Amino acid sequence: MTSTATMPQPASFGRRLKRFMADRPLIPLIILLVILVLILQVLRPGIVNERWIANTAKFAIPLAILAGCQTMTMLTSGIDLSVGTVATMSAFIMATQIVNQDPTVAFILAMLPAVLIGLVNGIGVGVFRVHPLIMTLGTSLIGTGFLQVYQRTVIASGARIPDFLNWLGTGLTYGFPNALFLFVPVAVLIVFTLNRTGFGRLLYAVGDNERAARLSGVRYWQVITALYVISSLLAGITGLLYIGLIKAPSLSLAEPLVLPSVAAAVIGGTSIFGGRGGYTGTIVGALILTVLTTLLTILHMPEGGRRILFGFIVLFVTAAYLRIIEDR
Amino acid sequence: MSRWIENALTTNPLLDASGVAKNYGAVAALRNASLSVLPGEVHALMGANGAGKSTLVKILTGAIQADAGRVLIRGEARDVRSPAAARRAGLLPVYQEPALIPDLDVLSNLRLTGTPVEPFRAWVRELGIPNLDIRETARDIPLAVLRVLDLACALAVEPDVLLLDEMTAALPANLAEKVLEVVRRQGDSGRSVIFISHRFVEISALCDRATVLRDGATVGVVDIEPGVEEKIVEMMLGARIEKVSVAAARVASQAAAAQDSRPRLVVRNLQLGTKLNDVSFDLANGEVAGVVALEGQGQDELFAALAGSIRPGGGTIAVDGSPVQFSHPSDAIQAGIAYVPGDRTEALAMQRSVRENIALPFSAALRKWGPIRVRREHMVVSSAIARLQIDTRAQSEVQRLSGGNQQKVTIARWIAADARTILCFDPTRGIDVGTKQEIYKLLRELAGLGKSVLFYTSELEEVQRVCDRVIVIFGGRVVDTLPVELADEPALMRAAYGLPRGAREDVGFLADVRPASDAEAAP
Repeated sequence: MTSTATMPQPASFGRRLKRFMADRPLIPLIILLVILVLILQVLRPGIVNERWIANTAKFAIPLAILAGCQTMTMLTSGIDLSVGTVATMSAFIMATQIVNQDPTVAFILAMLPAVLIGLVNGIGVGVFRVHPLIMTLGTSLIGTGFLQVYQRTVIASGARIPDFLNWLGTGLTYGFPNALFLFVPVAVLIVFTLNRTGFGRLLYAVGDNERAARLSGVRYWQVITALYVISSLLAGITGLLYIGLIKAPSLSLAEPLVLPSVAAAVIGGTSIFGGRGGYTGTIVGALILTVLTTLLTILHMPEGGRRILFGFIVLFVTAAYLRIIEDR
Repeated sequence: MSRWIENALTTNPLLDASGVAKNYGAVAALRNASLSVLPGEVHALMGANGAGKSTLVKILTGAIQADAGRVLIRGEARDVRSPAAARRAGLLPVYQEPALIPDLDVLSNLRLTGTPVEPFRAWVRELGIPNLDIRETARDIPLAVLRVLDLACALAVEPDVLLLDEMTAALPANLAEKVLEVVRRQGDSGRSVIFISHRFVEISALCDRATVLRDGATVGVVDIEPGVEEKIVEMMLGARIEKVSVAAARVASQAAAAQDSRPRLVVRNLQLGTKLNDVSFDLANGEVAGVVALEGQGQDELFAALAGSIRPGGGTIAVDGSPVQFSHPSDAIQAGIAYVPGDRTEALAMQRSVRENIALPFSAALRKWGPIRVRREHMVVSSAIARLQIDTRAQSEVQRLSGGNQQKVTIARWIAADARTILCFDPTRGIDVGTKQEIYKLLRELAGLGKSVLFYTSELEEVQRVCDRVIVIFGGRVVDTLPVELADEPALMRAAYGLPRGAREDVGFLADVRPASDAEAAP
């Protein structure tokens, strides 16, 4: 109190800084990312090199795409918890079908459950008004069950990772991870859709004020159905990329990414109440989470301690960030 | 009636409120309201929309606190700070919205409020519901019965002052009669009733005196006697009976309308639940048709039905001569009918920009989901912004705009979308005078371009500024259609209260029996 009264200069600078960050919400995020990388470099001098960056990007990309699903659904005040199951299904089906099938057929078979689950999610949320949390959790459980049944039928034939997915998941071109060939177009497409297409505008409008959207002639169920199908398709593609990276098909392959994908979108400034946010913040959010994971790994903490710290940091960062950007 | 006259001479008022004031920010909802109720009296509280009736009621029942003024109950100054305190002081309200908790059965509801069960049952029987199952869940009970149960709850605790807000609205004729009978007897037994109603018929049959509010102040207390309704209407209007000149621009648009004789919109026998009973009217091209009604007479439902938000239960709507059925607002928009709701928060995506809000209808159709043609959209939106002179300094988020500018955005949306018919529901409510003038001008201009506007307003003086014609709705029916020359405030007020045109010359409305046009004659 006294400091603001006697020295008005620094206070007004602080307010101006806050205002500046409120108008450009990406900047504090990038600053946070740089700080994390610097801490890492101080703790382990020399760790931050070309190889480390490529490696970080490889692990951040699947998370970032799934976080894209969360961003888009969260804009409509929804959420998609089935992305983990969908990614796992498409990865597992791809790895087992490629053994006997043509790659194209295997790809189509792998994407089929994604489309189906997306459609069911969309109709459940958009037409029958089931809460997205419950709807996608339900389809996620059902999908996992089907996958277990399916696994019995393919035990004999075994599994294999297609070369192309190996190349995409782990390969480098001039030091850049090949996954960028997939990620850059996907990211551009998501950003373009959100900012420059009618569909993107409707996502924001529906999430901000569904009644206003309705009075403007928007049919909620159409938007929501399309949204959840797109979200599921992205998750399916992420599954294919992820199996190329992990190289071990399992029934819980992408499950660990689900909640971090929600966290990445929230850290990136997308409101879970809808209508506010964007994909660029989410990408930085996914990078922050990935770097944070590395940071906690090199601290040689026991797994339990790591998780506790991870949880605290995510909570703290999100709360602090929201305070900064929502200053009005 | 004799009892209260005796009391008036001998007793002090049971409830005596004076100098009550309440401000919401800069807006004065009440300036100087007073209300004095004698023991054994049925006292009507009257006033036009926005006169401050509900604010006064909320203060008396402890729902909100007054900024100034004093309330005496039995001559003692009481500071009623909560509904529970009002109840302890012997003042009990029955509101328009049912008060029983929907998910509990009637008995649990009674326990919750500490209402004695046996007297409650006796009152329920008295009020004309012989076989009520008090184990029934409140949700499953029809609205009309719920309102009667609310009344029975209130009667069962034997309050000194019973406050009834539009008690007979939504009640079928037989129940309404019983209710009036019971209320009347309440007065005879020495208890007092404050009776809020828009219906002169009921007031004349029931009440001893009436307090009239205007613009947040009590302007008069009158004894109910034959012919008094004219006096009350005059009091509600106050000195605002000066004529507003009818704009010359109107003549031009009427000429344009005459050329295209086929009406834009034909509504016949529209019916919807208990709210709309029988509404028929035409809306011509190049016309601004006003709609005037007291609160809750079915105008909300009429607009919602025309906008495609709710499906009517019966009757027909025809656009340009061909019948239509709207199942979604997008159907209405397809037919060129746009709806501007009175509540701006209903129409706007508050966190989005002005431009996005205006352009929202462009993207609604499935085939418009692709890339936005940025430059063309920018042009259309800019011209709409310029046309309405929207202040775009804070355009990045609509919520930072002033109320008037927000309202302009909701209208600009449909100017940009070039809607042929605009349904405006009280668009000038709560906005500044300058913006109001701009909106009047805009609506006239739209009519001049051959577009049609249906314009509901709660401010009667707006009718002669904007409209060509005015449709008056009462109890879910069109009770009168006035040409604008005749639609001055007194005429509109009389019509809105269901009084026949030119009642001034009549012997007196109170001499009549209940007229056939009254809402209770519904099937």
